[in-house]
Amino acid sequence: MAENRLGRAGIIALGAIVTILAVTGGAFVIAGANPLDAYYAYFVAPLTREFTLLEVLNKATPILFTGTAVAIAFRAGYWNIGVEGQLLMGAVAAAGIGQVVGGWPPLLVLPLMIAAGALAGAAWALVPALLRVRLGIDEVVTTLLLNPVALLVVQALLHGPWKDPETGFPESPRIAEAAEFPPLSDFIPLIGKSRLHLGFVIAIVLIVIAWYVLSRTGTGLRVRAVGLSPHGARFAGIKVERTLLRVALVSGAIAGVAGVSEVAGIQFRLTEGVSPGFGYTGIVVAMLGGLTMPGVLMAGLLLGDLSVGASSAVRSLQIPSQMGDVVQGTLLLVVIGAVAIYRWRTSREDERPPDEGEPLPDEPAGQPPSETSPT
Amino acid sequence: MTFFADILAATFRNATPLVYGTVGETYTERAGILNLGIEGTMYAGAFFGFAVAYHTGNPWLGLLGAIIVGLIAGALMALLTVTLGANQHVSGLGLTIVLIGLSEFANRLMFSGGTLASIEKMPLWDPLASLKGGEGLGAQVAAIANQYGLTYVAFFLVVPIAWWVLMKTPLGLSIRAVGENPEAADVAGINVFRIRYVALMIGGAFMAVGGAFITLAMLGTFTLDIIAGRGWVVIALVIFGRWRIFRGVFGALVFAAVYSLGLRLHITPGFEGIPNEIMLALPYVIVILALALSGRNVPYPGAYLKPYRRS
Repeated sequence: MAENRLGRAGIIALGAIVTILAVTGGAFVIAGANPLDAYYAYFVAPLTREFTLLEVLNKATPILFTGTAVAIAFRAGYWNIGVEGQLLMGAVAAAGIGQVVGGWPPLLVLPLMIAAGALAGAAWALVPALLRVRLGIDEVVTTLLLNPVALLVVQALLHGPWKDPETGFPESPRIAEAAEFPPLSDFIPLIGKSRLHLGFVIAIVLIVIAWYVLSRTGTGLRVRAVGLSPHGARFAGIKVERTLLRVALVSGAIAGVAGVSEVAGIQFRLTEGVSPGFGYTGIVVAMLGGLTMPGVLMAGLLLGDLSVGASSAVRSLQIPSQMGDVVQGTLLLVVIGAVAIYRWRTSREDERPPDEGEPLPDEPAGQPPSETSPT
Repeated sequence: MTFFADILAATFRNATPLVYGTVGETYTERAGILNLGIEGTMYAGAFFGFAVAYHTGNPWLGLLGAIIVGLIAGALMALLTVTLGANQHVSGLGLTIVLIGLSEFANRLMFSGGTLASIEKMPLWDPLASLKGGEGLGAQVAAIANQYGLTYVAFFLVVPIAWWVLMKTPLGLSIRAVGENPEAADVAGINVFRIRYVALMIGGAFMAVGGAFITLAMLGTFTLDIIAGRGWVVIALVIFGRWRIFRGVFGALVFAAVYSLGLRLHITPGFEGIPNEIMLALPYVIVILALALSGRNVPYPGAYLKPYRRS
């Protein structure tokens, strides 16, 4: 039977790959490019030179943060779709502090900025989390609706008090040098000159910590238990509401650090385009990674690769860069479809009840109060 | 007086995309499927509706194009969540990512020239034109009644008919049954899968029309980020409306009224000091407040978020 399953997994994976190639290949042909050249440009070419390889890691940095933030929340069955807004709040905090710390020692400034960004992200996540655990209001809606509000906060700052006094552009003044994340080439002599910065190291450290906590500690066990079955977790004596609240805040805090990393490592100022949808890409990363930390790492690097490939193919093959989003979204839809088929088939074979065919945390987000009100 | 007439007229105009979206999302959720693909479906409806209208020179063909795109988007969502039983949250968000990506990709390919492509907007319908002129009540009412045809269609045809179909016809009963208790519906001889496909496709068509209204009637052109979170607002309105069409439409009118008031106050003497962004953020905050106040104990459809398997 194990062989049977392996065979089926192989067939489904093959079907998934064919589907992805057919859909994206068709789009490449419409754009007037040879699909084989396009796949090479999108996935292989960025890995062949040191400079572009470092840029892949650089592009992966923000989505490793947001992917981690999303994965932690989804594992607990908390649908935090507001990572985009929480990231923007972290960016606002970083730009605010970065403007006033000229002349301070970096060893003081950088931790301060990271802490402030984490707090800002967590604060933006707090209201939906409280509404969920206290009143049972669906967090999907509230976290989603706060994303445009966060962007409006950024725009209000950039068109108002933070407008660059010199250029008049809607950009905040450049942050102090002490507030900049140093490029990694400054303290690792082996790697070449690139934009890759401290944020990447922080992201990797965070992923390792998150992996350890989720898979090796009691806290992680409780988080996973709440995600798999809130009822069961409650029977087992786990404080479900408290767990959800904490997970939501941690998720928001990690998203906030993503914003700090972009402002302090790449943009050096707050701009309206500080996040081209990193929060939403984080959802793709988390799902492609199967909500596990090693998976998030690999999916983040893959999409970083794709992002570098998509922007270089604009010039080399005249493919619009938006094709990158199409490939990304197609990957996501096909992979979750394939996983659903596999789990369904496997559960039928085992004659498990059919509702276990979908093991993701899937109960209605806004629950009847009997389930969410403190007992 | 003209102030209120202006705001009321703008309210109906700004509510129109939300009304189409609310009707569409109510249908899909009543069938048990949360369709977070709504933001992308509205976006694709806005873009492809515009693209067809631009190339044929006929906005009504554009509307038809949007409807077809909406039907396809709904069928795709159904393939993922009904046939394959994939997670609804992620399927919907993924669909939104794909549809926005495809629209912007096609936009680059079709309209990459420097100038902003535009079409002749759908005409306004002015049924009370004879009352116009002067400051009297009649003139005010005439100004409010001066709306796009699709707005009249939304309020006087789509909303009542969609309500009637959902609540008073066998099809509507089937949709509600598969969303409430698919096992029982199946036993009663209803094809759960087919009905969910139908509901998602009807819903997708309405969502796409809501998006197309913005490009074909309101703006006459397509710009990036044109939906700007309206789809997410609709998700909130459906919960606020407790899956009832008239309550949801009422919510859409309230949202649009606050939105229109904010836009109007921005150009009203005495209010210039308030940043525009605060005015624009206000409707979102009010929706969240409304959910916080009324969102307790909401009667979610019984099979909400649950894939159905025949065992």
